[in-house]
Amino acid sequence: MNVPQNLLYTKEHEWVRIEGKIAYIGITEYAQSSLGDITFVDLPKKGAVVEQFKFCATVESVKAASDVYAPLSGTVTSINEELSAHPELVNHSPYEQGYFCVIEIKDASEKTKLLNADAYRTYIEGLAA
Amino acid sequence: MKLIFEKHREGSLGVSIPVSDVPLSKPLDAQYRRVNQGDLPCVSELDVVRHYTNLSRLNFSVDTNFYPLGSCTMKYNPKFTERIAALDGFASIHPLLPQLMGGGMLAQGSLEVLYETEKLLNEITGMRAFTMQPLAGAHGELTGVMLIAAFHKANGCRRKYVIIPDSSHGTNPASAAIAGYQVIVIPTDAEGSMDLQEFKKHLNTDVAAVMLTCPDTLGIFNPRIKEIADMAHAVGALMYYDGANLNGMLGKCRPGDIGFDVVHINLHKTFGTPHGGGGPGAGPVGVNEKLIEFLPIPRVIRRTDGTFALDYHRAKSIGYIAPFYGNFGVILRAFAYMLLLGKDGLIQAGEYAVLNANYCRVKLQEYYDLPYPRICKHECVFSASRQMKNGVHALDVAKYLIDKGYHPPTIYFPLIVKEALMIEPTETESKETLDAFIETMIEIARLAQENPQAVTQAPVTMPVKRLDETKAAREPNLRWKK
Repeated sequence: MNVPQNLLYTKEHEWVRIEGKIAYIGITEYAQSSLGDITFVDLPKKGAVVEQFKFCATVESVKAASDVYAPLSGTVTSINEELSAHPELVNHSPYEQGYFCVIEIKDASEKTKLLNADAYRTYIEGLAA
Repeated sequence: MKLIFEKHREGSLGVSIPVSDVPLSKPLDAQYRRVNQGDLPCVSELDVVRHYTNLSRLNFSVDTNFYPLGSCTMKYNPKFTERIAALDGFASIHPLLPQLMGGGMLAQGSLEVLYETEKLLNEITGMRAFTMQPLAGAHGELTGVMLIAAFHKANGCRRKYVIIPDSSHGTNPASAAIAGYQVIVIPTDAEGSMDLQEFKKHLNTDVAAVMLTCPDTLGIFNPRIKEIADMAHAVGALMYYDGANLNGMLGKCRPGDIGFDVVHINLHKTFGTPHGGGGPGAGPVGVNEKLIEFLPIPRVIRRTDGTFALDYHRAKSIGYIAPFYGNFGVILRAFAYMLLLGKDGLIQAGEYAVLNANYCRVKLQEYYDLPYPRICKHECVFSASRQMKNGVHALDVAKYLIDKGYHPPTIYFPLIVKEALMIEPTETESKETLDAFIETMIEIARLAQENPQAVTQAPVTMPVKRLDETKAAREPNLRWKK
């Protein structure tokens, strides 16, 4: 299971890539593979304020609809417009083309509450057992 | 298979309209005329009859085959109840009749059915009063949560949250949210029940209600349900009973006795009325003393002279929630079902439903993973995770069963079970039917090891092969175009 080293993770299977004051948000390889083919992504609006570990988006697959939680608090500065026409990008490229949105980070210290790649990998291995 | 539109033949007609022998009035004003043509197909009566008769032959139903669709409870609908519903006095009555001056006296039979059904449901659930109006289970949920909101408002207290376990039906959080509450989701513990430590952490005087399905969606009866109700009541929260699984404890245990304040019942699940494929359904809501005054209007009452009437004068009622008095035809069938089976029959129906589910559970547990290996009630939940290692998913198991003439179990629900296969045989199935189904499930487990492709390519005997469900969801094609 692909778990890139440069990202931070939540136990709800979201990832975040911090680039200075902004952060890219998406769902992990594990999340997309358990959801199956994704058919629809409902993203937050640009300018929306999201709170760490609180609801920020919905993802629908052929199996179910699931809530996605924000890994960090902040304000949404842009969303991945491509996903409305091509939700399958989340399946094919969860960490790159399938990102959900970009936020301006409100409180960088919140990242201490996230898992690093090694910790997340151990966590999902525990789930598979 | 062609659509009816594709069977269009220019000049073909289903009816012959005679030439008008009266003078035409002035033509219809332009604003009332349609802009686009209706584009109805030209087909003969026989074309239409053949088209829909052939379509109906592709239908799958309990009347044709075994249908163990867990959680949905695809019960056999006894033909007796259809005969009752077809009686002219019921089938032809106008729904406005009881509202007309003197009309109530011409609708006494129908009003009595509503009144007596309420009395029977009170007895079965241990509640004090029912509204028969909600038009489906989820509508009942919303009505129930609105009653809870009205109760707290009348007591001058503002509460923000509704607690719901993560194994619940998706309609529970949706109903609570539409009624204006925020939802707190509680995870499931290793035993398959709501995690009590987590529950206690979130329970406080801001909680309006706790919504529980019992037995829960894993088919498991929570042995600590009374304790949960007592804790909720201690902080002033009300207990909501999602009666979707009432058939799993029918006649053995009453929600009202355990401490539930509001219940909804899906008549099609527990009382054998037709599953309407989205309607018409019925989701009556029962309450205890605390909530009677808030019930929707109208209520069916019995006057001192023994006649029945509709009562609209209820100051604290939450008002109308549905036109007329609910889906009367469905309520009538449930009433007939209860009378047909009687007390002993209803208890037996519950027992057989539980026996059949446990028979499947024990016979299949060697071949499929059983994440919560306990005695279940009316349904059992397996996981296809063992088969998944060979590339056979719950979806593939489902497709293979279609080839063998079985409706698949519910798959991928409840969400807390990976690759879930949720089997609910219902009470009417014989041991022979169950054995044949079990045999097929065992065959699938064997194929998943020896020849996974045989399963992943299913169905092969159906008019259509494996459909591209992803494409259908991503690019829905819902309307015929020339």
